[in-house]
Amino acid sequence: MRHILSILIENEAGALSRVVGLFSARGYNIDSLTVSTTEDATLSRMTIVTHGSDDVIEQITKQLNKLIEVVKVIDLNESDHVERELMLIKVRATGKDRDEMKRMSDIFRGRILDVTEKTYTIELTGESAKLDAFIGSVDRTLILETVRTGASGIGRGERILKV
Amino acid sequence: MSGAEILVRSLQEEGVEYVFGYPGGAVLEIYDAIFKQDQFKHVLVRHEQAAVHAADGYSRSSRKVGVALVTSGPGATNAVTGIATAYLDSIPMVVISGQVPTAAIGLDAFQEVDMVGITRPCVKHNILVKDVRDLASSIKKAFFIATTGRPGPVVVDIAKDVTQAKTTFAYPQTMSMRSYNPPSKGHPGQIKKAVNLLGEARRPVLYVGGGAVLANASEQVRELARMTGAPVVNTLMGLGAFPGDDRQNLGMLGMHGLYEANMATQNCDVLVAIGARFDDRVISVPQHFLSTPKKIIHIDIDPSSIAKRVKVDIPIVGNVRDVLDEMIGLMKQTGVMPPAEPLAAWWRQIEEWRRHDCLKFEWSDEVIKPQYVVQKLYEITKGDAFVTSDVGQHQMFAAQYYKFKKPRQWINSGGLGTMGFGLPSAMGVQLANPYDTVACITGEASIQMCIQELSTCKQYHIPLKIINLNNRYLGMVRQWQEFFYGNRYSESYMDALPDFVRLAEAYGHVGIRVEKPGDVEGALREAMSLKDRLVFLDFITDQKENVFPMVQNGKGLNQMDLPAHMRELQLGQASKERDYGHLC
Ligand SMILES: Cc1ncc(C[n+]2csc(CCOP(=O)(O)OP(=O)(O)O)c2C)c(N)n1
Repeated sequence: MRHILSILIENEAGALSRVVGLFSARGYNIDSLTVSTTEDATLSRMTIVTHGSDDVIEQITKQLNKLIEVVKVIDLNESDHVERELMLIKVRATGKDRDEMKRMSDIFRGRILDVTEKTYTIELTGESAKLDAFIGSVDRTLILETVRTGASGIGRGERILKV
Repeated sequence: MSGAEILVRSLQEEGVEYVFGYPGGAVLEIYDAIFKQDQFKHVLVRHEQAAVHAADGYSRSSRKVGVALVTSGPGATNAVTGIATAYLDSIPMVVISGQVPTAAIGLDAFQEVDMVGITRPCVKHNILVKDVRDLASSIKKAFFIATTGRPGPVVVDIAKDVTQAKTTFAYPQTMSMRSYNPPSKGHPGQIKKAVNLLGEARRPVLYVGGGAVLANASEQVRELARMTGAPVVNTLMGLGAFPGDDRQNLGMLGMHGLYEANMATQNCDVLVAIGARFDDRVISVPQHFLSTPKKIIHIDIDPSSIAKRVKVDIPIVGNVRDVLDEMIGLMKQTGVMPPAEPLAAWWRQIEEWRRHDCLKFEWSDEVIKPQYVVQKLYEITKGDAFVTSDVGQHQMFAAQYYKFKKPRQWINSGGLGTMGFGLPSAMGVQLANPYDTVACITGEASIQMCIQELSTCKQYHIPLKIINLNNRYLGMVRQWQEFFYGNRYSESYMDALPDFVRLAEAYGHVGIRVEKPGDVEGALREAMSLKDRLVFLDFITDQKENVFPMVQNGKGLNQMDLPAHMRELQLGQASKERDYGHLC
């Protein structure tokens, strides 16, 4: 099953590589990873999307907690949460495709950030599945380039991850 | 004060007694500062791997932190095997490595290696110090992390310019880290559940591992065993946590465990795992292990060790010693105890298993049996010696035939299985315990992996007793080739062995070769009487002897290969047919 883990970690050199090294050394998967500092400059927050059985996810969580710099780990799947991913996608937009691309972008609430005679560059945000859906909906041959951030997630309502 | 002086002062603050190390360009400043002090002693080894193993042996036998010091680059990489060894056995240790100057880091400078990167998967934590103002607190942090929670090695990599830079010295007296809060007390609700479950046990077993040794919980293990009357089995790492000669002790379990220990563990109904982690060398595959129903109580300081390989009914995270104290207290208070009658029936069954005497071996007048050497060593040292070992058949014979009375008396690389560990770790043990007998049980292949340390032993007058069980084979490899590879002895034969007696003599020690079974006892006695000399005993042993019992990979603990005199026992069959219900 797909899980989305949120990790608060000391903002220190090498902390990220410890997390990544743990996943590779123990044979766990990382589907996506996003990381940035928080409002507290001494802390970073990571969101890791991974998949595995409940036992595997339990081990991953325990192993992450063992890392000295890790302050807290939660599995956002355990309750309501929102998640977003950003995608920038450059598509060929000529002839009849140009209107079609504009329409698709509107339907998916995208924003066209950059326009040339032959291309659009569209910004899309949403859950990963929505971005996948966009890619699935447009003609593959028109996609020139995509770049995605990986998911970021946060608990709904009063559920807060803080030290 | 310079960084180097700060480091030395910090080590003094930590009460360090010995530093095992080897100098080089990146740590010359530190060596100069060491020269100018006399609070701790530095032991110059002959290879950095040995420095770390020596620090390790020192720690395992003394409850203190082992400290090693190595230079950058090749010094650092040589230390890695030792660090990984300590990591897999959870040994508290601080390894200090020199690093090239900050300005050169990342430029492929002379003798540069990314030590923090290389050791990341095999340390509890590591730190690169690039600013002298962080040095004292980094050392404090390293000792704090190494010794608390589940112990382990911590590497502090110090850039050379940091050792030269100056700042004022202030050693932090306490350390707290918001991201690191090791557990101590177990959850009272879980403890209560555990006591109640134990109170219903008809066939209990206490399964004691290295965690009980590390937590100094031997007293508590004894008390729990006495109170419950339950049989005790030990992992390789747990030997000595419960006295080896006690009637309640069934001995080691696992791949080369005793018949009675393995059968009891497989057929128990309540298993109390105490600082033991269901390693593959202990329970083989979980499916087999769980094929006979049992409830499991698992006490461990490391939550990630719990439910890693087997599902656990009652997990208790906490310091083993504290948790056992609580359990014992509660049992005393409530009088909850396993019922006497089923327990007596359980013991009758165990005694029946025990009667087969699975460690019986064939005596020979012609050739020395390795088991016999260990047995004699045990008798002659009255079970009081510290014993280190290397890895192989001799290690298993040592574990099977030397009955350890006390925790920390048996020092071996259980987790990583490091050949080359025996001699250097014994040096650390002897320095920590100058008045005790320290024997290193080794094989002719293993000893050659760090044999240069005979030189260190000479320099520091370390009077070890080296028991070389010389079978001219990579014995354990040969055994596997016999079992699984149709007797094709691919590269397991040691040709061109040195004359170990003359080798020992060349290093300035006493060497004795023993070729006849009748001479074993005399040679051992002579070696023991030479209290202030290192004696290298080269026992020419039976080339063909194998370690029994043995549980092959993938098989169950009740499906052992047994020694010749027990082979008529059809194990798989017997345990399937037998219904232990009728006993209780
Ligand atoms: C550094 C290292 N290399 C290889 C091995 C694999 N290995 C395990 S036991 C063994 C043979 C050991 O032979 P010896 O020291 O003579 O002991 P014996 O088994 O004959 O008692 C080997 C090669 C190991 N454990 N460690």
